[in-house]
Amino acid sequence: MPLMGKQTWHFPSAPVLLATAAVVGPKEGAGPLGEDFDTVHPDNYIGQDSWEKAERRLIEEACQTALQKADISGDKVDVLYAGDLLNQIISANFAARTLGVPFLGLFGACSTSMESLALAAMTVDAGYADTALAATCSHNSTAERQFRYPTEYGGQKPPTAQSTVTGSGAAVVGKGGVGPRVTHATIGKVVDLGITSPFEMGAAMAPAAADTISRHFRDTGRTPEDYDLIVTGDLARVGHKICNELLEQEGFYLGDRFKDCGILIYDPDQEEVFSGGSGCGCCAVVTYGHLLKRMEKGELERILVIATGALLSPVSTQQGESIPCVAHAVCIERGSGSGD
Amino acid sequence: MKQGPKDKVAYKKMAQRHTPKKPVMANCIKAFLVGGMICLLGQFLQGFYIAYFGFNERSASNPTVATLVFIAVLLTGLGVYDRIGQWAGAGSAVPVTGFANAMSSAALEHRSEGYVLGVGGQMFKVAGPVIVFGTVAAFFVALIKQILTMLS
Repeated sequence: MPLMGKQTWHFPSAPVLLATAAVVGPKEGAGPLGEDFDTVHPDNYIGQDSWEKAERRLIEEACQTALQKADISGDKVDVLYAGDLLNQIISANFAARTLGVPFLGLFGACSTSMESLALAAMTVDAGYADTALAATCSHNSTAERQFRYPTEYGGQKPPTAQSTVTGSGAAVVGKGGVGPRVTHATIGKVVDLGITSPFEMGAAMAPAAADTISRHFRDTGRTPEDYDLIVTGDLARVGHKICNELLEQEGFYLGDRFKDCGILIYDPDQEEVFSGGSGCGCCAVVTYGHLLKRMEKGELERILVIATGALLSPVSTQQGESIPCVAHAVCIERGSGSGD
Repeated sequence: MKQGPKDKVAYKKMAQRHTPKKPVMANCIKAFLVGGMICLLGQFLQGFYIAYFGFNERSASNPTVATLVFIAVLLTGLGVYDRIGQWAGAGSAVPVTGFANAMSSAALEHRSEGYVLGVGGQMFKVAGPVIVFGTVAAFFVALIKQILTMLS
C-alpha cells in the first residue's frame, strides 16, 4: 500500500533522481561546500538589474543545468513543481514561462524543496509523468525586502537571526535509469508552538521538524540507525539543538548523524551568518549539490532530508500572530545499477 | 504534537534555554563608542563651519547636519552603512545619520519599481514613523509648555 501509517508515502517504483543542479551566489560559494555547487556566481546581481530578476535567473539556470546533466530536452519534462519565497511565487512563475513546461506552483516557504521533490516523485511513481522537474530558489536581498528591511538599511540583527541563502536547486525525477532513488516521503502537519519573533525562525520551526521526523519513524517502523544522515533544512544552530532535544523527549536519539543544511552551508566565521542559513535555496542547494555528491561517492547509502518552512507573512507578523511551521521529509537511497 | 496553551508555555521556556542571549552590555558599549564618534565628528564640523565660513553656533547646525547626512547617504550607497549598523546598533541608528540611512536605503531598494511608486512612494517606509511620532510628540510637548506658561 502506497500510504504507510498516517502521513508517509511509499513509492514502490522508487523514482530516480536523474540529475540535480545547485546554483549559488558568492557567499555560498565561499562557504565550506563551495566546490560542490554546479555554478558559483561572483556577483549577487547575476548580471541582472534587479534582485528579483537575479533570483529568477538562478532558478532558470538550476533547471537548465539539471536538464543538461540528465541529457533531457525541456519538451520532455511532463510537469514542473516549483516555488519560492516571494509574493505570488513570481520567481517560479517566470521560470516556468521561460521553460515552457506544464507547471504547478507551490508555496511551502523553505519546505518547498522537499515538498516539490515529494510531489515530483509521487507523480512519476503514479505514472502521471515520465519525467518531472522539482525546483526552488531564494535570494538574500529579495527575502530581506520581502520579509525585513531594505538591503542597505543599517538595523542590527540578533544572534538568533539567519541569513537567507542566495541559490537555487533543481532535480530531474524520472521513471528509470541510474541515480539515487526517492523511496519515501512524509508530509508534515502545520505545527505552531507560539513563537512570534521572525528573528527566531529556528525555534519556531523545530517542533514541526521533530513532529515530521518522529512521524516518519513511526509510519515506516524504521529507527534513526537505518539512516546514514538525517538532515533538516534550515533550523540553524538554535533550532537544530531544540529539535534534537524534542526528538530525545520522543525517544529518538539521532546523535552525530543529525545535521542541518543551514549549519553546513556557511562557515560560522563568515560575515553576517548569524545562527546559519535559511531560505528555500538552503535545503535545495545543500541536498542537490553537497549531499547527493557524497552519495554518489558512496559515502552515504540512505538519507532523510527534512525541509522546514516558516509559513509567516510580514502582515501576520505585524499583527502579532505566531508563526505556523511545516516540515516535509524525503528519503533518498543510493541507486544500484539500472532501474527496472 | 500537542499544541495547547500549556505546551506553548513549556516550549517557550525550553526554546529560551537554547537561545543565545543578546549581548546587551557589549551592544551598549559599541553604541556609545560609535554614537559618540558620530557626535564628535558633528562637533568638529560645527567648529569648522564657524571658524572658516562665518556661521554662528546656532546657524552652523544646518551645514553640519547636511554634511553628516551626505556622508551617511554616500556610505549607504557604497554598501558600508549596513555593516557599520550591524556592529554599532543604536550607535549608528539613533543619530541623524541613521535617519538618512533609513531614507536612502528604502529609496535605493525601491528604485526598481520606478521613480514615482518606487522611490517616491516607498522612501518613507522605514523613516516615516519617526516623522509621524516626532510631530505628534512635538505637538504634545508644545501643548504642555503652553499650559504651564499660562498657569504661571
